[in-house]
Amino acid sequence: MRDKFIYFATIIALLFYTSCREEEYIILSEDESIEAAIEPNANPYGFYLLNEGNMGSNKATLDFMNFTTGVYTHNIYAEQNPNVVKELGDVGNDSKIYDNKLWLVINASHKVEVVDAKTAIRIGQIDIPNCRYIVFDGNFAYVSSYVTTIIGDVNAQEGAIFKIDIKSLEITGEVKVGRQPEEMVIKGGYLYVANSGGYNSDNYDNTVSVIRLSSFTQIEKKEVAINLHRMRLDKNGKIWVLSRGDYYTMPPQLFRLETNSNGSIKRVEATNLQCSNFDICNDKIYMYNAPYKGNAISNNITYSVADIETATIIDDNFIKDGTEKLIKVPYTIKINPETKEVFICDAKNYVSSGTITCYSPEGVKRWSVFTGDIPSTITFIYK
Amino acid sequence: MTLQQHIKNFTLAILIGIAPFNISANEVEESTIDSMLLQLNLNEVSITANRFREMTPVQRLSGKALEKLNSYSVADALRHFTGVQLKDYGGVGGIKTIDIRSMGANHVGVFYDGIQLGNAQNGQIDLSMYSLDNIDELAVYNGQKGEIFQPAKDFGSAGMLYIRSRRPKFENGKNYHLKVSSKFGSFATINPSLLLETKINDSISVSVSAEYLSSSGEYDFRYRRVTPNGEVAYDTTATRQNGDIKALRVEGGVFGIIEDGYWRVKLYTYNSERGIPGAIVNNVWRRGERLWDNNTFVQGTFSKDINRYYRTMVNAKYAYYNTHYVNNDAKLIEVDNRYKQKEFYISTSHAFTPFRFWDIALAYDYQFNALNSDIANFAFPKRHTNMLALATSFQIWRMKIQGSCLATFINDKTQTGDNEGKKRAFSPSVLFSLKPLKNGDLTLRAFIKRSFTMPTFNDLYYTDLGNASLKPEYVTQYDGGVTYMRQWNKKFVRQFRIQADGYYNHVTDKIVAYPKGQQFRWTMLNLGEVEIKGCDVATEVTVSPVNKLFFTIKGQYTYQHAVDVTNENDSYYGDQIPYVPRHSCSAAVQGEYDGWCINYSFIYAGERYSQQQNVRANHMQPWYTHDISLTKEFKLKRGSALKGTFEVNNFLNQAYDVIQNYPMPGINYRFTLSFEI
Repeated sequence: MRDKFIYFATIIALLFYTSCREEEYIILSEDESIEAAIEPNANPYGFYLLNEGNMGSNKATLDFMNFTTGVYTHNIYAEQNPNVVKELGDVGNDSKIYDNKLWLVINASHKVEVVDAKTAIRIGQIDIPNCRYIVFDGNFAYVSSYVTTIIGDVNAQEGAIFKIDIKSLEITGEVKVGRQPEEMVIKGGYLYVANSGGYNSDNYDNTVSVIRLSSFTQIEKKEVAINLHRMRLDKNGKIWVLSRGDYYTMPPQLFRLETNSNGSIKRVEATNLQCSNFDICNDKIYMYNAPYKGNAISNNITYSVADIETATIIDDNFIKDGTEKLIKVPYTIKINPETKEVFICDAKNYVSSGTITCYSPEGVKRWSVFTGDIPSTITFIYK
Repeated sequence: MTLQQHIKNFTLAILIGIAPFNISANEVEESTIDSMLLQLNLNEVSITANRFREMTPVQRLSGKALEKLNSYSVADALRHFTGVQLKDYGGVGGIKTIDIRSMGANHVGVFYDGIQLGNAQNGQIDLSMYSLDNIDELAVYNGQKGEIFQPAKDFGSAGMLYIRSRRPKFENGKNYHLKVSSKFGSFATINPSLLLETKINDSISVSVSAEYLSSSGEYDFRYRRVTPNGEVAYDTTATRQNGDIKALRVEGGVFGIIEDGYWRVKLYTYNSERGIPGAIVNNVWRRGERLWDNNTFVQGTFSKDINRYYRTMVNAKYAYYNTHYVNNDAKLIEVDNRYKQKEFYISTSHAFTPFRFWDIALAYDYQFNALNSDIANFAFPKRHTNMLALATSFQIWRMKIQGSCLATFINDKTQTGDNEGKKRAFSPSVLFSLKPLKNGDLTLRAFIKRSFTMPTFNDLYYTDLGNASLKPEYVTQYDGGVTYMRQWNKKFVRQFRIQADGYYNHVTDKIVAYPKGQQFRWTMLNLGEVEIKGCDVATEVTVSPVNKLFFTIKGQYTYQHAVDVTNENDSYYGDQIPYVPRHSCSAAVQGEYDGWCINYSFIYAGERYSQQQNVRANHMQPWYTHDISLTKEFKLKRGSALKGTFEVNNFLNQAYDVIQNYPMPGINYRFTLSFEI
């Protein structure tokens, strides 16, 4: 019996020895070589990819692709900024480069993280509740937020645009807009923001707010369509805004806005283009559409190109080699403005690694690589 | 006559007096003997060792052994069971659910005093709501009980947890029993309770139990990371916020004995208000979610042996669950939702014993569920469930075979009318058990069972998310195992027991949330497939080096190879499923001498992954906690007793998460004082 006990104790001791906790290390970056991506003289010479990470997982991560070496580096933030408690944060929603800084909008961490654009080393952070997207003009950054902190309006569940001094990283203003504002564009001293009202599915917002930047006041709230989200400016100065529809009977639809010189919206034009997300490059709109019907998932995702003048489809499938079948859940689309390569991110099931795939301008897959969870925004970096 | 002789006689009386398979003939009497046996640190299983009560793997914690564990709730105690994974979001009020053998929480049936606890809304039972204060026994079965005289529902789940609350027990000559106790501890915890039991007459007794729990839920937690060259990257300690709880539980029961039978009626009500502390992520250290729960049910059982050929039992329950969820965080969407669930259940069971070696049982259950809510576009689902179970068992020589089949029919109706569904599913099982040795010390067993879980109301009808065309989720289990146990009188080793099982489970049509194509639009699909190969080992030895000194040492080990085999093209194909460690174990040592009692317990969970993909970013370190307690009982005049316990939990102050970003408490203390008469 005693022998048995010793035997048992030995097993337990062994188990201890082999399976104790080690120090918790920060997560280091990992390099992956993609030969097909090497372009020694490329400019933009690379891009940052911000991965959202599922809400609550604190897994917003930053990847970097260097075209000149063909090296894709996963998860660079923690290595470059080991002292930041709990790393980059929760839900990386938007990123842009401006003033040699990379601005990362971390939605569920309620902050905008500012890092050096070349090194990704932290410069500072700006606390903004429920922040969504960022745009720039002059010495200021403008961040849309689902909520406002203006006293008296906190319970109205209306959103706001925050104004940030890009040098001091201080908030210098806040203006109330519609409900759950999303993407913005700036044109001629005016900021246009798409109000979604996404918190209230039986009463979506349907407006675009116009902010005069000189006074930082809302001068107009123009009805466009329900549940607005994406917004881009084309080379003709027209604003394209995407209505996401209601996910049941009303399909998504692209709208084109024309503005007056006083900033107000002159014309709202409903196009026949339906898509889930889009990007504009010169005179073309690249888009994908995942149509829906009730609760069924669609296997019929389309990747098409439209002309910005006529707003009609000129290519109903720009992926020519059949590799679009490998994409489960397209989550973002971005065109390299120089090479015209098309980048499409696949979020898969949202809780595992996504992928980013690069297609040649001719629509042939060039390379693909695993990303972090939910790859959300691509930001090109120039020499 | 010594106490031991007493018990021996009692045991004999049972063995001779009651037909071998007539197990539940008189549960009330049996439990009295149980408690006496337990006072000697013996295991109640000994009573039934020669009968085939345990055809499937079963683990129990009862009486004193249960009391001595440093546990607040049922969930804490279950960490000592093999094959059980506990999901614990931390703190006194944090949600705690269990998963048996990695099949998923919805495959676990949780029974309170013989009747299943329901949650038609999401299928999950939060075990943090069930305190150990009034609990006599916890038993976990894999497959099902080795009995056939039971409600149809008891044949249904893949694994079962039976929580048995205390039944009135009276010391010789007394017709009342009163126990007052209070716990005080870390996180500003105050937890007084009261138990009163009285005997109305020889056949009827009444019990009232009440408990109040209040805790701030504030504890320090720590996150520390180092760089590869060993420098501290960050090391931060903060206080968990919004984890407070206030809860009141009141329970009343009437227990009656009739000739060859018994009846019971129980009223249970639980009211709580708690904060939901939420995930700790960068820049977020406090959240504003609040939850109010009211769980109330009344249930009754009547069982009688009509003659030596026929037994019958009726169970009934009415339950009402009210949940109120509010999100007060000004940074996020404002939420203020109420959910109301109603459940009505009735069951009738019949057992026939045409010959002593052959039993047949038939059970029919009906259940009605309804869910109301004030959320937008709500479907207001109602569900009628009919369950019919047929079972039979044979005993030939020292061998027993049992077969059963449960048929379940569901009929759902929604207010909108366009999402209705009829579903049916069958769960057959075959159980086999053999005692090759004449003395009955060794048991070999095997079972095969196919069972299912019906999609919940949330899976089917939740606004924007539900998918009414879901099928049930199935699991097939194959298990083979062995139990060896032996007892000795007046020897150094008093009792030894070891039980081991190997198994293979296959989960198909697993219900998972799946993206619909649009951003953050999900739906539920029967998409997952999981294969589980596992092994559970539990052992226990009781020694008595000198008179009145007892040591009980328990150990358990679990191995789980639970992998996702849904689709070869997934990045997580063949990876261990989230939050299931490959290796986990626990150990406990309990020593007792002359009113002193010391308990040490150790819990270990090996490395795990927080998401499907087994990559570095999802890797979670093993965690292990050491708990210790000391108890002294003073016998006072007129049979009253005063008892004090001091506990130190996680005394090495390990900072760990069971669920990623939900930190657990470090070292914490508790003092319990109780008085009984």
